[in-house]
Parts: sequence; structure tokens; C-alpha cells
Amino acid sequence: MKKHTLAITVENKPGVLTRVATMFRRRGYNIESLAVGETENPSVSRMTVVVSGDDKIIEQVSKQLYKLVDVIKVVDITEERLVERELILIKVKADPSVRSEIVQLVEIFRARIVDIGKNTLIIEATGDAGKMEAIEDSLKPFGILELVRTGKIAIVRGPGHNIS
Amino acid sequence: MKLKGAQILLQCLKEEGVDTIFGYPGGSVLPIYDAIYGSDIRHILVRHEQGAAHAADAYARVTGKTGVCIATSGPGATNLVTGIATANMDSVPMVCFTGQVASPLIGKDAFQEADITGITMPITKHNYVLERTEDLPRIVKEAFHIASTNRPGPVVIDLPKDLMEKEIEYQPYPHEINLRGYRVMKGCNYGQVVSATELINKAERPVIYAGGGVVSGEASEELRELAVKRKIPVTTTLMGMSAFPGSNYLSLGMLGMHGTRYANYAIGECDLLIAIGVRFDDRVTGKIAEFAPHARIIHIDIDAAEIGKNVDVHIPIVGQVKEVLQAINKRLDPVEEYSEWHKIIDRWKAKYPLRYGRSGEGRIMPQHVVEKISELTQGEAIITTEVGQNQMWAAHYYKFKNPRSFITSGGLGTMGFGLPAAIGAKIACPHLPVIDIAGDGSIQMNIQELGTAIAYQLPVIVCILNNQYLGMVRQWQSLFYGGRFSHTDISVQPDFVKLAEAYGAVGMRVKDHQDVDGALREALQESKRPVVIDFWVDRMADVYPMVAPGESLLNMLGEE
Repeated sequence: MKKHTLAITVENKPGVLTRVATMFRRRGYNIESLAVGETENPSVSRMTVVVSGDDKIIEQVSKQLYKLVDVIKVVDITEERLVERELILIKVKADPSVRSEIVQLVEIFRARIVDIGKNTLIIEATGDAGKMEAIEDSLKPFGILELVRTGKIAIVRGPGHNIS
Repeated sequence: MKLKGAQILLQCLKEEGVDTIFGYPGGSVLPIYDAIYGSDIRHILVRHEQGAAHAADAYARVTGKTGVCIATSGPGATNLVTGIATANMDSVPMVCFTGQVASPLIGKDAFQEADITGITMPITKHNYVLERTEDLPRIVKEAFHIASTNRPGPVVIDLPKDLMEKEIEYQPYPHEINLRGYRVMKGCNYGQVVSATELINKAERPVIYAGGGVVSGEASEELRELAVKRKIPVTTTLMGMSAFPGSNYLSLGMLGMHGTRYANYAIGECDLLIAIGVRFDDRVTGKIAEFAPHARIIHIDIDAAEIGKNVDVHIPIVGQVKEVLQAINKRLDPVEEYSEWHKIIDRWKAKYPLRYGRSGEGRIMPQHVVEKISELTQGEAIITTEVGQNQMWAAHYYKFKNPRSFITSGGLGTMGFGLPAAIGAKIACPHLPVIDIAGDGSIQMNIQELGTAIAYQLPVIVCILNNQYLGMVRQWQSLFYGGRFSHTDISVQPDFVKLAEAYGAVGMRVKDHQDVDGALREALQESKRPVVIDFWVDRMADVYPMVAPGESLLNMLGEE
């Protein structure tokens, strides 16, 4: 089933995230990723939700979202030209013998080393989902101790589509 | 002028035109009850909060106004939950006020604290927690607006006790509503209306499938015009029963699991299905792939999310049902003659009428009781029901004349709904007979509300179709579980006559077919006290016709 990226503008109020999440759960739709934060307008938050389903399911998701009083606008931006980003932080085992190898990998991915411990490195990377997976895969052999990842955020290129 | 939050609340209710509220006091709502004490708003004290929710719900269904109920925090609020879910499933406008512990105690597991906002999120149209007394007028205004417009539904407002005690300067009640995420639906797509009208004008075997949206959208007149102008047979859902007169030649009665054979056959054969204010619920469609297999479908509904939710339709029209039907009716070519289609339906009606085994040895058939009620009240009473066999028999054998006269828990199927609903209905319409068609199981779920009916001298009539079973479940056990009647025999039960009398109500027991008429006539004479009639009916009577769950509507059980 196809993954869809929905840009949802909502009232920036307590409980709105719960309302949206509750709707997804209750209707049996699965959130693959979710990111939420305030926008240029402090009374509005924007959620970027990745949900998988055929067109009919996505249409239902969108209609059900619109029924929530705190939801202002829902746009399926999957087919738009997007800038999409996720952020990943990976703590990887790195004794001195493999450090230079890891540093090379980090450079290839245009990632950054943000912390150096005695036998560990923390790596920060941003990019789309594909890049996140690639960097994770290439660091796996060294031993990943911890990994945290944000949901995807996305914005449509060009002047159009101000969704708020 | 400085007013307490609770006084402001009462002021807001008056501004909204609320004259009656249903509720039950408790610790967290003491300030509100103190304000009620000095107010001219009528408060009906129920005996259990669930009763308050159902009574407010029925009050709303009967009047079209928004029902209002109130309960204290914690258990008071959670006791409303079934009532809120009932109203939500049947799209009933309701505003429910719940007390909450004082703001500083929220989240501390204080005495009688429950997260009612969290609990009711999936069963309300919207809900609020009051955070500042100053916000109260805006929130009340929004709540009534949201509850009553577009597809109606319940809204909960949670009111922390300290904010009800707090005194602030009362600002005039707001007239403007500023909700950028909620717009009232106006107009409709006229292109779709034209396409729909063309299909209707051309159809040879059309059927109208009308639901609760026609009743709540005040569109019964428009529905009748559409049906009569084009001579289109009309079948209704349980929620739509009172939208079209059961005695009209074009009426097919109810469709679906317990629909009439002729309604279900008409769905099977029609070439055009005009679905109005309905949601293609599983109890209506049976096996969805075989529902109306030869038909183009026009679906008219206020809620865009209902379009395509369960079935694909050819012409969706989102809008106020009344407005859409008016637009369609204007463009219809009237037909004078009944057609071949009506002859086919007449043959079905003649061959497969609703029927039941007649009683032998004076046994009372439950269906007969409903027929008698229908006859004696000429289809003009307000009928409430419990849930199960009693509800289906009410739908089959009561010939409703007027919209908003059949008050039943259709979507949620809430046992215990009928008696408190009868109370709410009687308060809304004191001049009409209000009859709860009940089962011996359901009636015991909210029987304490007899106390409310006594206290307010409400002559509601409770007709218990007593078969000493949880009849509908027993019927399914007969059909699908080899007759293993697991926990459905409830023959150990109170003496309902004595129970009624203990409350101060009139109690009657009817065991003989001959006495049904007399007992009902006597009950209809009563003007001050509730009447409970315990009809001892045939224990094994079943509801037929029936379509097994998930089957095609054409595979009907029961003798033809």
C-alpha cells in the first residue's frame, strides 16, 4: 500500500494531538510517522503525518480529520514536489580502531558527529527516509547502541500551496 | 456586574434558549446546583446520570432543540458515557456539562476525579475543559453551535469546581462564533443535483432509502414530495421510521436485517437507489457486495465522510438534506401512473406481508400488543423503545404518522434507553401519549427512573413485552448456537406490578389476549402517574423476517 504524506494544520491547543491520534486509532488507520510543531502563526500547529493506504482510505482519513473541530486544513502533498526531512541521532560503538572509518561514512552521508565519548560517537543526520535507512544500515556493523528518529516533516517547493 | 462562574453558566443557558435540563447533583457541581436553585430554568432530577443523558437525548430528538444534561465529576460523569455514546451514534444534538475537581487537583487522582474529556473524545462531536472562567460564554456558545449544526452530535464541557465559584465581571453573551476548523454547510453542488434529477426522471425501478438524517434534517415533507411526485417506493432505516408515514401506499417499511421482505426484495431489484440521510450501516446492507446490485446510487448526506465510507456511490451530494431535496423536487417531472414496478412490489406485499403466528389459548403475541398500541393511538403517540425484539416489533407494527415520534437507540443499541427517553419525550410533549415499548430485560436496566416519572407526575406508559428471556439474544442462540440458551433465561425477575406500585405508579398484568385492548385503554386514560403494564407474551416468539449477519438481503430467514 502506498504511503501518503498529509500536511494537517490544526489549532495550537492542548489535546489536539490526542484528538488526531485517537481518530486514527479508532478508525483503524495506521500512522507510520508523525511530527508536529508550531508554525509561523503561533495559534496554528502543523502536523506531518505519513499514513499508508489506497486512495479510498486516504480520502476517508482526510474526511474524518476534517470532522475534528480543531483541524483547519488537510492536504495530501504526496504527489507534490517536496522538501522532506527527518532527523536521526545514532549512538554508535567506536573504539579508536574504527573511528576513522566511521568519520569517513559520516562525511559521505553529509552527516555530523555531535558528541565523542570514550568509546562512542553520536551522529546526527537529516534527510529523507531513504537516507536515514542507508546511514543506519552502514553504521550497524559497528554496533548501534541507541537510535532516535523524528517523524518526517515536509514542505512543498515553490511559491504555491501555503496550506495554512 | 460580578457573577460566579456557575451563575454565568446559567445565564449562558438562558441565552441559548434552554428551558429544561436533566441532571443529578454531586460534590463538584455544588456551585452549579446553587445557581440552579435561584434560576427559572427547569431542572429535572433523575435517579441515575445515565437517565439524565437519555432523557436529554430524547428531549432533543422530539423537539429538534439541543438537549442538556449535567452530572458531577468522576462517577457522575462516567455514568453519562453510555448516554453520550448513544446520542453520538444517532447524531443527536446534546450539550453535557460535567463537574470536575478543582483545577489545582486535576491530574492528582483527587476524590471523584475522572478524565471525562479523554474518555469522551471518541464518542463526542467535540469536547472542552474549561481553563478560565472568562472563557465560559465563548465555550458554551461554541458548544451549542457545534452540537446543533451540520451533522448534530453531543458536546461535553468539563467544569472544574473552582472556576464555577470564581467571580468575574460578566461580559455580554457573544453573538459571533469564530471557529476556523468548523463551517456550517450551506448549499450543495448543483451539477450533482441536476445529474441526480436526470437519473430520477429516467429510472424505471427506483427506491428511496431514507434514514435518520431526514428526521433530524426536518426534511420529511420534502421526502414525501419526492416520493409522491415520482411515485417512488420508500423504505426507511430504524432511525428513519417516522420520516415517512407507514400507512402510505408507497411505504415499504423498514429494510435490512429485520426489514420487510418487500423492502429487501425492492433493494435487490431496483435500478436506482436514492439514499437520503443514511450511512449504509451493516444492519441495513447485509453483505455489502450484494447490496442493491443492479442500482445506480444517489447518496445525499450532510456528512461528507459518510460518502463512500461503506459503499461506492454514483452521485454523491453533500449538503443539508432539506435543501438538496428542495432543489431536486423543483426539477422533477411528475408521473401520474403507477408502473410495472409497483405491480411487482404489490405482488411481494401481497405474498410476503409482515405476519406472525396467531395466539392459541389466549396467549398474547407481542406483535399484537404493538399493533393494538398503534391502533389505539392512531399512529400519533411518541414511541420509545428499549433494545432487542421489543424494538424490532415496534418498528414493524407501529404505523408512525409524524416525524420525531419514534425515539429509539438505533446505532448503539442501548438497553435501558426507553424509560428515561420516555420521560424526556413526555416533558417535551406533555400533550401526546408517550409509550415505552420495553422488554423485561431492558426495562430493568434503568427502572429506577420510575421514581423520576412519579416525582414529576409524568403519565408515561411502559409496556413490557415480558417473555422472561433476553429475547433477541435467545433468538440468535436458537438460530446460530444450536439452541444453547446461555444466560438468556431471566425468569427469576421482580413482580413488575408490585414494583410499579412500590414506586407509586400504576401496575397492571395482562396474561390473556382478550385483555390487551382494555389494559391499554385504561393506561391511556391515566393523566398523572406512570403506568407499567406487564404483558406476559409468548415466550418463544421471534422477530421475522430476518437476514443472518453478513448475508445478502435476499437470503431471508423465516417462513415466506
